[in-house]
Amino acid sequence: MTRTDPTDVPRPDARLHFGVFFQGVNHWTIWSDPSSGSQIDPASFLRVARTAERGLFDAFFLGDGQRLRESEGGIHELDVAGRPDSITQLSALAAGTDRIGLVSTSNTTYNEPADLARRLSGLDLLSGGRAGWNMVTTHNAWTGENFRRGGFLDHADRYTRAEEFLSVARAVWNGWSEEAVAASADARSWSVPGAVGRVRSRGAHFDVDLAPTLPRSAQGHPVIFQAGDSGEGRDFGARNADVIFSAHGLDFDDALGFAEDLRRRLRAAGRPEGALRILPGTEIIIGATEKEAEEKARWVRLEQVTPAVALGIAGRLWNIDLSGRDADGPLPAEDPVIAEYTGKFGSSRFRDTLATVAEWRAKAEANGWSLREAVIELGPQRGHVGTPAGLAEKFARFVRYGAVDGFNVSPYLVPEGLDDIVDLLVPELQERGVYRTAYTGTTLREHLGLAPVE
Amino acid sequence: MPRPALRLAVELDGDGAHPAAWRRAAHAPGELLSPRRLARTAAAAENAGFTLVTLDDSILPPASGAGPVGRIGAVERAAFVAASTSVVGVAPVVATTYAEPFHVSSQLSSLDHVSAGRAGWVVGAEEDPSAARAWGRPLVEGPEALAREARDGVRVVRDLWDSWEDNAVIRSVATSRYLDRERLHAVDFTGETYSVKGPSIVPRPPQGRPVVLARQGLVPAELTDVALVGGTTAKETGAAGDAAKAAGVPLAFAEIEVALDTPRDTARERIADLERYSPWEERPGRLRYTGSAEGLVVLLAELAASVDGVRLLPLVLDEDLSVLSRLVLPELFVRRLATRPLPGTTLRTSLGLPRPASRFATATTLVREETR
Repeated sequence: MTRTDPTDVPRPDARLHFGVFFQGVNHWTIWSDPSSGSQIDPASFLRVARTAERGLFDAFFLGDGQRLRESEGGIHELDVAGRPDSITQLSALAAGTDRIGLVSTSNTTYNEPADLARRLSGLDLLSGGRAGWNMVTTHNAWTGENFRRGGFLDHADRYTRAEEFLSVARAVWNGWSEEAVAASADARSWSVPGAVGRVRSRGAHFDVDLAPTLPRSAQGHPVIFQAGDSGEGRDFGARNADVIFSAHGLDFDDALGFAEDLRRRLRAAGRPEGALRILPGTEIIIGATEKEAEEKARWVRLEQVTPAVALGIAGRLWNIDLSGRDADGPLPAEDPVIAEYTGKFGSSRFRDTLATVAEWRAKAEANGWSLREAVIELGPQRGHVGTPAGLAEKFARFVRYGAVDGFNVSPYLVPEGLDDIVDLLVPELQERGVYRTAYTGTTLREHLGLAPVE
Repeated sequence: MPRPALRLAVELDGDGAHPAAWRRAAHAPGELLSPRRLARTAAAAENAGFTLVTLDDSILPPASGAGPVGRIGAVERAAFVAASTSVVGVAPVVATTYAEPFHVSSQLSSLDHVSAGRAGWVVGAEEDPSAARAWGRPLVEGPEALAREARDGVRVVRDLWDSWEDNAVIRSVATSRYLDRERLHAVDFTGETYSVKGPSIVPRPPQGRPVVLARQGLVPAELTDVALVGGTTAKETGAAGDAAKAAGVPLAFAEIEVALDTPRDTARERIADLERYSPWEERPGRLRYTGSAEGLVVLLAELAASVDGVRLLPLVLDEDLSVLSRLVLPELFVRRLATRPLPGTTLRTSLGLPRPASRFATATTLVREETR
């Protein structure tokens, strides 16, 4: 592999930003390995966050889900399940870390804006301006069964609610002027008269009236993260987000296409190009040689896609209960059952089922793959595999051509899955001038190189 | 047989119990909202030997008029305090008047995980109608409706804590099963105003159930671990403690506002100084003590006959916490009137409360109870 000449690329000074996603609740997290730790013990979270901080990562992410997944008529048993409330967990991590951003995935469908804005603000203050909010929406009635409001919102409504939610949240965050608190105990009152504004908002989804209780943080207010691959989701992100958390980070052309599309939407929304960072999620598997990396990747895939997991994934594609079949045998002979999409699995990955099944059959036959091998080869692909130097070259190209601004790394092992990346890959990236060698700011907004909040 | 010694709790919200306490605080007004100050106050309480710190809360500003109008959410503060201490229990005030019980359950369960079993919950009620407008929810009005939302909220939250049996995570490599779905349970709660399906999204808390504290009478006795009681005199307070125990609450804590003599000023002088700005209104159901450290020890010794613990609400944290730490708690410990928590124990253990089994646990899955 030849070294890219950094003067010959569109963004020669671009730096890669890394976030880490504390994994769980999916089959990508290997829990069966003896080195796999607890997914709920606070020590696991602290270990990953501190490793990421040692590796000068921008952010530590926690996911969200307000109901356990179900499969085959009961709670899904095969993957890691159960996780802490993200803002609570991150508030604890604020005390155990110094610089790394702390990003909570929090749902706008089953929260109320004044409450969630206040909780995020609290995290932002406790961490000295390191909070982020990954905004997500839910659209199934099934999750609603755990909440007072119940019911669900259709796809379009959940974004209008999210947008109105964010506008109330921003009003809450901007409610206090910079000098809202008295400088000394001799003042007439604790707050400077007139410096705390009232938030009154009445829209299609919210009717609120409150006095915000918190000042702005060192970074103004939490950084807004958003994922969402539909047209509406991308437009929402282009209008509102500081960072897009995408699924387009594996293939260079695909990543560049996504980035260019988003930048187009960003310009259409009247925002400057530098207003948005794109961080695709990815897994990174490292070996001392290419061969070693490939062997490790093979081991990782086999651990992730156990026979039961393979039958589950194929079962959802075919829409047939395949449990009890032989995963190491051929693909199911039956045709898939096409059913209405219920939203129950929270994924529309297998939208064009018939075409997908036909493709799987053809490729499995051509390559002599078993069902499990087909799932490994053709199921959703996860990440980058290579040597530290090879990966550093590849990532430098991705970021210097503007295909990504960085990656949100999902380690396949908790809590030690980040160690390789920090110890081996980060130095290679630093050597190529494509990764920071020290934190230069204290806030998440500064880490990401975003403009200060007005 | 002598009664077990008192357990000591202290309220750490704001700058103290007096609305003008911020004027005597040892820091600039804005510093009230800094993590540094929170960690320092919590460390002082832990080092002094308190078993529990409580943190008041509401979505509304903590004061009106001249007082502090800023406050970080109690759950967030509690998690931060839990991570910066190692022995003391931490109990935020959380009201279920408008909040989602499902979220409240997850938050408190997570607090128990991050604190390795030191979480408590002071059940609150949002009585001010402005809270409904801040939340954007229909108004819950009147003592009966407030009690209903508190009761239903506690019931749902406790059931959700129980919804994962202790050994639901099995990590069976042989069968590829991380969970045993038979050990997870829908709570299927249906109340007057909402229903909740469950199970929780958080594995069962280390204590099984974090310790539930509530003002006597707010939630039914069978849903409460510690009743917070009070009266205008020591005798009345003791009687309230006896009544709570008679109603079936395992423990009763007396709530006492305290203003102590400091080396520089007497308690009366300090109160008089703050009264220049705003009155310290009597709260019904809260005893108030003003005077010397020795006098407080005598009062607590008297109360020890009828309550299991006390929750102290200091006039000014930066002043009274120091006197409590130097003069009051050491004396209580020496005289064996109170105990301090042992490192490595859960809040339940510190309070002498058993670890409850999940109400869903079946005979075959019921394992030997352990405290971690």
